[in-house]
Amino acid sequence: MSSKQPRTIVVGGGLGGLWACLALAESGVAVDLFCLFEVKRSHSCCAQGGINAVLDTKGQQDSIRQHIVDTIKGGAYLANQPPIKTMCEEAPGLIRTFERMGVTFSRTPEGLMDLRLFGGVKNRRTCFAGASTGQQLLYGVDSQVRKYEALERVKKYEWWEFLSLILDEEGSCRGIVALDLRDMSVKAFPADAVILATGGLGLIYGKSTNSTNSTGAAASRAYQQGALFLNGEFIQFHPTGMLGDDKTRLMSEAARGEGGRIWVPKNPKERRAPRDIPENDRFYFLEEWYPAYGNTVPRDVASRAIWKVVKDLGLGVHGEDKVFLDLTHLPAEFLERRLGAILEIYRKFKGVDPCQDVVEIFPAIHYSMGGLWVDWEKDPVTGGMKLGSARNHSTSIPGLYACGECDGAYHGANRLGANSLLSASFSGRVAGQSVATYVKGLKQTAATLPSSLFEQAQKQQEEVNQALVSSDGKENPYVLHRELGDIMRKKVGVVRQNAELDQALSQLAELQERSARIGLDEKADWSNLSLPYARQVQDMIVLARVIAQGARLRDEFRGAHYKPEFELKLPEGKFPGDPEYDEYIDNWKRNNEKWLKSTIAKHTIEGPRISYRPVDTSVFPPEQPRDYR
Amino acid sequence: MDKTIHFRIRRQDNPRSAPYWQEFQIPYRPEHNVVSALMEIRENPVTTQGEKVEPVAWESNCMEEVCGSCTMLINGKPRQACSTLVDTLTEPIVLEPLTKFPVVRDLMVDRQAMFESLKKVKAWIDIDGSWNVHTGGPRISPQEWEENYIYSRCMTCGCCMEACPQFGPSYPFVGPATLAQVRLMNAHPTGKYFRADRLHAIMGEGGLSDCGNAQNCVEVCPKDIPLTTAIGELGRQTTIQMLKDLFGPGR
Ligand SMILES: Cc1cc2nc3c(=O)[nH]c(=O)nc-3n(C[C@H](O)[C@H](O)[C@H](O)COP(=O)(O)OP(=O)(O)OC[C@H]3O[C@@H](n4cnc5c(N)ncnc54)[C@H](O)[C@@H]3O)c2cc1C
Ligand code: SF4
Ligand code: SF4
Ligand code: FES
Repeated sequence: MSSKQPRTIVVGGGLGGLWACLALAESGVAVDLFCLFEVKRSHSCCAQGGINAVLDTKGQQDSIRQHIVDTIKGGAYLANQPPIKTMCEEAPGLIRTFERMGVTFSRTPEGLMDLRLFGGVKNRRTCFAGASTGQQLLYGVDSQVRKYEALERVKKYEWWEFLSLILDEEGSCRGIVALDLRDMSVKAFPADAVILATGGLGLIYGKSTNSTNSTGAAASRAYQQGALFLNGEFIQFHPTGMLGDDKTRLMSEAARGEGGRIWVPKNPKERRAPRDIPENDRFYFLEEWYPAYGNTVPRDVASRAIWKVVKDLGLGVHGEDKVFLDLTHLPAEFLERRLGAILEIYRKFKGVDPCQDVVEIFPAIHYSMGGLWVDWEKDPVTGGMKLGSARNHSTSIPGLYACGECDGAYHGANRLGANSLLSASFSGRVAGQSVATYVKGLKQTAATLPSSLFEQAQKQQEEVNQALVSSDGKENPYVLHRELGDIMRKKVGVVRQNAELDQALSQLAELQERSARIGLDEKADWSNLSLPYARQVQDMIVLARVIAQGARLRDEFRGAHYKPEFELKLPEGKFPGDPEYDEYIDNWKRNNEKWLKSTIAKHTIEGPRISYRPVDTSVFPPEQPRDYR
Repeated sequence: MDKTIHFRIRRQDNPRSAPYWQEFQIPYRPEHNVVSALMEIRENPVTTQGEKVEPVAWESNCMEEVCGSCTMLINGKPRQACSTLVDTLTEPIVLEPLTKFPVVRDLMVDRQAMFESLKKVKAWIDIDGSWNVHTGGPRISPQEWEENYIYSRCMTCGCCMEACPQFGPSYPFVGPATLAQVRLMNAHPTGKYFRADRLHAIMGEGGLSDCGNAQNCVEVCPKDIPLTTAIGELGRQTTIQMLKDLFGPGR
């Protein structure tokens, strides 16, 4: 390596990572791209629904301002607003770039990009490519990165796992240590800056809608080396996850939208087949509790209602964590036409036809709003983010950047549907540009640092692996992971109670202790899968404590973090001008004074230390709560 | 044991070692797919003979048949393990790695050749840069969209490559999936500008003429990609290109 030319590393080959790579390559900076497998297999390919951008081609006077406001309000004001502003402003240009890359967006009769309506907004703003938007976007950027790979400006390290950062004496990031997942060797890679784009953390909850790459382990490793973690307690649940042995697959909201009804048998001991249960013995709780919306209440409301029926009323089907989603009353032909793709997934994975049989569902862990804390530079003129600044998407460790679902910047307390493909892409591009600026300003490249720095870091990781492989500990990593998921789903789930969170915290601490005594059945020195898995489980537990601790301390109801004890209820049937409503607004503002602040977790040996930071609400100050009536 | 699911799995410790077979049985559950069954085996890898062995290695990520990683031979057919329900299979269920790619370990293979081929045929649309150029992309009719979209669903899973008699480690053929991507890129309104480059890449050794038209590929594609239609279209495109190369300007 020439000591003059800066080298950079991107970890993760999903939408965020590939965009970062592309931006760097275009700036003429050399990139090494690390990924657990071939980049095309990344979790981003799972997204079906779409990506938001205001194109305003549907005669609805949609505006970028409205996109900004929807994103801010959807996130219950918890996200810093300048980056949101810039993201929404840049979205149309970004989508057109995707289009130029050849992404097969669905079309209107006149050949323009079609737009669909997506949850939580009033206007059609969501671009989509059939039922595989994420896959198409990922492949679009992947193909562009491949071009730079052919030009040897990007070098891919596929089948490598990031294990740790290399920090120099001043605490700046100077590279990574990674594990070759084939020959199991550990190697240090010097770099002048590192971008983490390692995705979500759904696997911390055991089963989720996420792919198995979404463990959060990589973010946890950076956190354990000093990077601050933001708003960990905010986890989005999708109300209609289909239960499976291996994962909870997403059942699109469209199933409810098209007339699906959610119910449980009134008698939890009911043994009859669902279709033999007469109407009188069924409890259509959403219809009963929310007569105005019925089954089409927003995602979070539906999740909480299902939670209540199962956990508080004990009415889960067969006493288990599940309720029925029923489509059988609708004509099969209608279902086929409107929900064909969804029915197909269900048939394929369940071997059951939802036109004939009820579907078993339960809220599933879907998206992490929290993530590594990242900085931004505010443009005093526009009030947005100053693009090109080396501060944008920098973590609290100099030289370490984060983008995509593993950063916590854009979604505050809750995420709007179809906004995360946007944030992953946008943040990837921004991070790439920032790093290009950052490395050009460096006085000294990593290549000139003493080799002992890298040797030391490599040796440390080799020792960790060695200790695990030769451990005679009795703890099984697969069992630990299952227990972790159980704790998190039961006690840090949709509805949160302080007593349960306290229990969860002590159980997690205990689990962490046990995870130090993992022993591996697998001794293979080639493609050993248990070793990286065990290390991931250890790091997942650390991050689980961040989530639980943040949840324990936040005594309020905001976005996806719901503590009934502290809920401020919107007065029913009251509107602005009514004294009850005004009182509610006063309380809401008072609560904001107390709780409208970012949770910041810092790693310590004893566990996460939580502090809070103010939120920049300069774009759209919090005057109005979210009100879907 | 009560009702069980019975597996016969072809194993191989590393790329250089010899393969061998092992059998496993796990308790029956109607909803098992091949990946969830492998997960269960992994937690306690004991063979039917009661021998404690190393867990079986395989690849998977999305569990929704969209990432393409979990392809293997299941009862002799190349398909995705995550979307194959155990209930639909005759037992013992025989699992083997794909045969056209080098084995990494057990059921994991190295499909790098597919990605290398994509590079070789320049399977991308040339753009000036990823920045905003303040103009929309080209218009595409819904009919064209429909024809192209199906090709864009290729998840590089390798089923078609496995089935193709002309593809393998010792053949130069780029294979059906790669050709289908050339078809996709060449159909794009601006992708067309560099059509000749992609055609030239498949006009030599290992290109289109290596296809023996056996049609096996199209039968196994989980995404119903009309591979042989693509190959037919490319046949016409290369013929025209050949004439252009002989008689006219390159593109
Ligand atoms: C079922 C489903 C449907 C969705 N639908 C939508 C939708 O319609 N619209 C929308 O906007 N959003 C949707 N989302 C959310 C969206 O898909 C994700 O937030 C987004 O794709 C995340 O992209 P990413 O690049 O951050 O991460 P990922 O795509 O998860 O990529 C992470 C990358 O990091 C790599 N990696 C991880 N750890 C390591 C390590 N230690 N070493 C090396 N590499 C590592 C992985 O290999 C992978 O390449 C959906 C999510 C799910 C689960
Ligand atoms: S048609 Fe061509 S590409 Fe397809 S299987 Fe036959 S030889 Fe292979
Ligand atoms: S064309 Fe079909 S079978 Fe071949 S790699 Fe693509 S998805 Fe798989
Ligand atoms: S795990 Fe992704 S296709 Fe099977």
